[in-house]
Amino acid sequence: MTAPIMPAPADVTLAETKKSRARGVRHEETGGQRPSLPTRIITWIVLLIALFYFLAPVYWVIISATKSNNDLYTSSGLLPAGNNIVANYTALMEWTQHQFWRWVGNSVFYSVAAGVVGTLVSVAAGYGLSKFRTPGGVVVQGMVLAGLLFPVALMTVPLYLMFHSMGLVNTPWAIIIPSCVSPFGVFLGRIYVEASVPDELLEAARLDGASELRVFFQIVLRLLAPAMVTIFLFIFVATWNNFLLPLMMVTSTELKPVTVGLYGMMSYFNPEYGAVLQGALLGVLPLIVLFITLQRYWQAGLTSGAVK
Amino acid sequence: MATKTTTKQQGWGRQRRHEALTGWMFLLPFVILFGLSFLAPILVSIRSSLFRMLPSGGGLYGGGGLVETFVGTANFEQVLQLPALWQGLGRVILFGLFQIPIMIGLALTLALLLDSAVVRRPTFFRLGFFLPFAIPGMVAALLWTYIYSPRLSPINQVLEPLGAGIDFFSPNMILFSMANMTTWTFAGYNMLIFLAALQAIPRELYEAARIDGASEWKIVTQIKIPMVAPAAMLAILLSIIGTIQLFNEPTVLATVNPWMGTSFTPMMLAYNAATGQAVPSGSGPASAVSIVMAVFAGVLAAGYALIQRRLTR
Repeated sequence: MTAPIMPAPADVTLAETKKSRARGVRHEETGGQRPSLPTRIITWIVLLIALFYFLAPVYWVIISATKSNNDLYTSSGLLPAGNNIVANYTALMEWTQHQFWRWVGNSVFYSVAAGVVGTLVSVAAGYGLSKFRTPGGVVVQGMVLAGLLFPVALMTVPLYLMFHSMGLVNTPWAIIIPSCVSPFGVFLGRIYVEASVPDELLEAARLDGASELRVFFQIVLRLLAPAMVTIFLFIFVATWNNFLLPLMMVTSTELKPVTVGLYGMMSYFNPEYGAVLQGALLGVLPLIVLFITLQRYWQAGLTSGAVK
Repeated sequence: MATKTTTKQQGWGRQRRHEALTGWMFLLPFVILFGLSFLAPILVSIRSSLFRMLPSGGGLYGGGGLVETFVGTANFEQVLQLPALWQGLGRVILFGLFQIPIMIGLALTLALLLDSAVVRRPTFFRLGFFLPFAIPGMVAALLWTYIYSPRLSPINQVLEPLGAGIDFFSPNMILFSMANMTTWTFAGYNMLIFLAALQAIPRELYEAARIDGASEWKIVTQIKIPMVAPAAMLAILLSIIGTIQLFNEPTVLATVNPWMGTSFTPMMLAYNAATGQAVPSGSGPASAVSIVMAVFAGVLAAGYALIQRRLTR
């Protein structure tokens, strides 16, 4: 039913990725004549307005995180007022009963654990699908496609019921296990295996007497290192950003990730806004750092995952 | 001769079996985890939707403890007659009907502009547009809620002196306010996908069109947009699926707007029913809501597939 919607995962995408990669520095050789001056001006104006739309809220949060409630009510939203950073930080620690950094630590732990396990599992499945003729492989392929298209949030309630009866609710497992499963990761894994793991190399290693596991861990994983960064990034961010799952699964303060912690904080009556915003800022900082430093890996994932 | 072929066949068979077993060894971790977090929950939710916690003893309010009792389709009947479910579904559909076209349109426009020869180094724009995607949906909802809130809003700081203040939290505006949150988060993400699709188009196509005398506008409408269409269709489908699960934004907005209640969207209803904060409460009705929504999503996806197949034919 869903099959015709998705592009045939492997071949088409692969060819396209290579093509677009080869075209990396494309802008010098565009060929066509420079657009007219009015066109250029309008384009720049639209792009700058869009940039303002996407970045102004971030700027506002940074500025506001330094303000007291009083300054927030009275001063201009786009300009700094009195420096209230330390007071806001103290308020943030007090309101969260000094749990804030623990929440950030929890988010790091859940995201890294799910990212590492999920990446390995995805790459292994991608390798299994692409390099072996397995009966039932088609079914797994179907599971991946269905998983890509299924509204996962709807799983949260039944997952809770299930984990509840297994005694896993309110443990890190309840967050980590579902976050490890990434159909998108398998999808990418398969594409990358097909692109960068030559059959001849595998055959040669087998002839040299290497076991299948050794071939996988010592050859395949090494070849796939950059691809694994991309998959890790997607799982890491998805886990960090998940809100409904931890909201449902975790009740004790010590286990909350930062998204759930912040939600609890903002639902207080009349909070110190600067403190909440400072929490929001500090809570996404690790993501922003990853995002900017590993920019090209995002690009790689989106390009190969989505271009048809 | 004959023996030779049979041993060869046996050898082949063994090799096949070995290959299948090795393949499954690599597939197994994923299959187990997938079963645990996708397949098993589906079975659990079907089972739980047929049961309800009912008092074991007799009498109107029952003596004794609550016992899980088989109730057949009673949960579904109750849930399907629930105005809250249909209202929530209506809101989600309305939301999707204007949010998705606006977001996809914005993403496509920005991708086309960045793909034009005007901007020589689009990296900065690309990064800037995509940045909101790195911010968790819950945090994005939080910061926009503050940007909307009457006492803090930097937007109204500018507009109010002009007599054009906006009440972002009014029932007429709330869907728009929510749509802006999701557009802000996902427009850049979709833009990046479209940009990748655009840059994969062979440049020779444009050259050929120009030689044939096509205007730049014609190149955009006749070459670029048709070539991005498959990526755009996929993005629309994924946005529809995302919209069905709308939860973070209304939940965060409801903390400052109590009038939004506990069932503003179907996903909120399911969550709050499961945690006992909405009526009907309990895992039975919550599972029934989840199943109804999953079926709804399936019907939408199937309809979408049909339409797409007809369009591409």
